[in-house]
Amino acid sequence: MAEERTRREVLGQLAQFPCAAMLLACCGPLASLAQASERRYNAKDHYYGMGIQVDKCIGCGRCVEACKAENDVPREPFYFRTWVERYQIRAGGEVKVDSPDGGIHSFPPTEEDKDVLRSFFVPKLCNHCDNPPCVQVCPVGATFKSQDGVVLVDQDYCIGCRYCIQACPYGARFLDPRTATADKCTFCYHRITKGLLPACVEACPTGARVFGELKTLASPLRRMMRMSKLAVLKPSLNTEPKVFYSDLDGEVR
Amino acid sequence: MAERFEHLRAALGQVQGYIYPNEIELHWGLLVVLYPYITGLVAGAFILASLAKVFRVKEVEPTYRLALLTALAFLLVAPLPLLAHLGHPERSFEIFLTPHFKSAMAMFGFVYAWYLMVVLLLEIWFEYRADLVRWSEREHGVRRILHWLLSLGSRSLAPEAVAFDKKAVHVITLVGIPSAFLLHGYVGFIFGSVKANPWWSSVLMPIVFLFSAIVSGIAMVLLLYYLTTLLRRRELDMKCLDKLASFLLYALIVDLSLETLDFIHRLYESEESIEILATLIFSRLFMSLTIVQILIGTIGPLLLLAAGRFSSLPAELKRVSYFIAALLVQVGIFSTRWNVVIGGQLFSKSLRGLTAYKLELGGIEGLFTAIALLVLPFVILFVLLKVLPPWPEARERPELATPGSAAGEGVKAGEDAAEDAPLGA
Repeated sequence: MAEERTRREVLGQLAQFPCAAMLLACCGPLASLAQASERRYNAKDHYYGMGIQVDKCIGCGRCVEACKAENDVPREPFYFRTWVERYQIRAGGEVKVDSPDGGIHSFPPTEEDKDVLRSFFVPKLCNHCDNPPCVQVCPVGATFKSQDGVVLVDQDYCIGCRYCIQACPYGARFLDPRTATADKCTFCYHRITKGLLPACVEACPTGARVFGELKTLASPLRRMMRMSKLAVLKPSLNTEPKVFYSDLDGEVR
Repeated sequence: MAERFEHLRAALGQVQGYIYPNEIELHWGLLVVLYPYITGLVAGAFILASLAKVFRVKEVEPTYRLALLTALAFLLVAPLPLLAHLGHPERSFEIFLTPHFKSAMAMFGFVYAWYLMVVLLLEIWFEYRADLVRWSEREHGVRRILHWLLSLGSRSLAPEAVAFDKKAVHVITLVGIPSAFLLHGYVGFIFGSVKANPWWSSVLMPIVFLFSAIVSGIAMVLLLYYLTTLLRRRELDMKCLDKLASFLLYALIVDLSLETLDFIHRLYESEESIEILATLIFSRLFMSLTIVQILIGTIGPLLLLAAGRFSSLPAELKRVSYFIAALLVQVGIFSTRWNVVIGGQLFSKSLRGLTAYKLELGGIEGLFTAIALLVLPFVILFVLLKVLPPWPEARERPELATPGSAAGEGVKAGEDAAEDAPLGA
C-alpha cells in the first residue's frame, strides 16, 4: 500500500532534482570512465576480417597514404603495410602488373591503353591468415595471432631474424629499419579495439574496403560476403586468409 | 639509414617484371649463405670421422682426429653469422628461454647445444683423455697446465680406463651420426619447409643438404690433411687419400643424382612457379648455378676424382687431382648454398618478376664480415691443432707412455715415434 506523502516531502524531492543534475554534470567524465571500464575491450568477443571489393577500387592510393600516416610506416617506397596493384590484361593475354611506390600517388595513365582488354586495381595487405605461416616459423613467438584473429608482432620481443618475412606468401611483411624488427598491417589494432575502423577503410572514397566482424551475422562484412562472389589469395597454400576479395580476377597472385 | 635507402633505391633499378613492394629488400644475405655452408662442413667432417670409428674404414684413420677438430672449429663459428645477421642479437637468448616449438628455427639452439656438448666435445674429450694425461705428465709450463686442466681430473691410464674411453668414443659416434644428420638435415628443413617459396619448398631439401654437407666435409678434411701433412713435411698416406677421394666421389654422385632428381621433378610437375624459376636459372643464377655449381663445382671434381681413382696416374698427379677436386668442391658447395639462399629470394612470390642482390662490402652483413667469419674457423683450428695435436707422432710415443696404455693402439706406433715432438711443442 502506497504511503501518502505530504506536500512538503514532494516539494523537497523536487528540489533535489537540480542538485542531483548538477552533481551528475560534475561527475560526468568520471561516470563515463566508469562506464568505459565496464565496456572494456574483450578480444574474445570479436573476430575480425576484411572484405575488398575489387570492382570498387579506383586506385587513388588514399588507403596507402592513410596507412602510412596512421601507423608511422617509413615513407620510403620499400615499406608497406598496404599497397595497391594495378593489373592490365592485354589482348594477347599477357598481364602487366605495377604498383609504383605502392600506388601511394595513384597510377600513371596506361600507355598502350588501346590493346588493354581490361584493367583493375587490387589493394593488398596482410591477410591475417587463420593458419598463418609467419606465426608458425617465428622462433621466439614474437608474432602471434590474437584472440580476435589479428596477426600481430611484439616489437619488444622480435629478434629480427626475418624468417616470418620469408614465410609470408603475400609479401605483406617488412623489416622496419628503425626498430630492426618485423612489421606489418595490424588492421589498425589501436583503432579497432576502440571501436573505430582501420585507417585504410576510413580513407577509402568508394567503400571498396569493408572491415568488420566475421562471426556476427549482421556485420557489414558478413553482408558483403553474402552478396559477393568471394576469393582469397593463394588458396592452395592453405593459409586461410581472412581478407576476402569480391570479383577477383584469376590473374591476381 | 640513408645508406640503406640508397642501396634499396639502387636495387629498385634492377627489378625486372613485377615484385611486391616489400620484396625490394633482400632479407637473407651473404651471412645466411655462410650458415648452411659452415654447418655443412661440421656435419660432413663428423660423418667422415665416424667412417673411421663406426664403419672401421682403416684407411681414413689418419684423418679421424683432424676431422673431429675441424668439425669443432667450424661448429664454434656456425652461430656467429646468424647472430651477426639478427636485427636484435641481444635478444637471441630468447630462443632458448621461450622457444616457439612449432618453429623450425627455434630448434636451432637445442640441436646446436646437443651437437656441441653431447656429441663433439664429449667425443673429443674421450678420444684425447689418455693422451692428455700422458702429455701433461711429460710436458712443462703452460702446456702441462693446459693439458692437465683439460683432462678434467680423470687421470687413470689403467687398461680398463683406456678401454672405457674407446667404448665411449664408439657409443658417442653412434649417437653422433644421426645427430650430424639432424644438424644439417634440420638446416635443410628450415628452407625446405617454407611453402611460400617454391624454390625452397621441397621435401628433398634436407636430404640434398645432407649429401652436399658430406661432400663438403670430406673435401675440407682432405684439403686440411693434404696441407697439414705437407706443411709438417711428412709423407702423404696415399691409401688414405685414395679412400677419401673414393668417398668424396660416391658422395658427389649421390649429391648430383639428388639435385638432378629435384630438377627433373620440378620440370616434370611444371607447377605454377616453373616459368619464373626457369627465367631465374637462365638469367640471374646462370653464372652461379650452371657454371660455378654444376660445371666447376660438380662435373669438374667428378672427372678429376674419377681420373685419380680409375686411371693409372702417377701418385703425384693423383694427389694434385684430388687436391684440385676438393678445392673445386668447396667452391661448388659454397655456390650451392648461395643458389639456395640468395636464389630463393631473387624472384617475387607474385611469380611475376625478379630482383637482384647487391653485395655490400662493409657493414655487419657485408663481404668483409663474411670473409672474417670464413677465416675464423681456420684460426680456431690452428689453435686446436696446437693444443690437441692430432698427428700420429704426437699420439704414440711408447717410450713416454705409461706401461699398458699404448698396448691398444701400438700397431703404427713405430713408424712415427722416432720423429720429433708434436707440432707446436
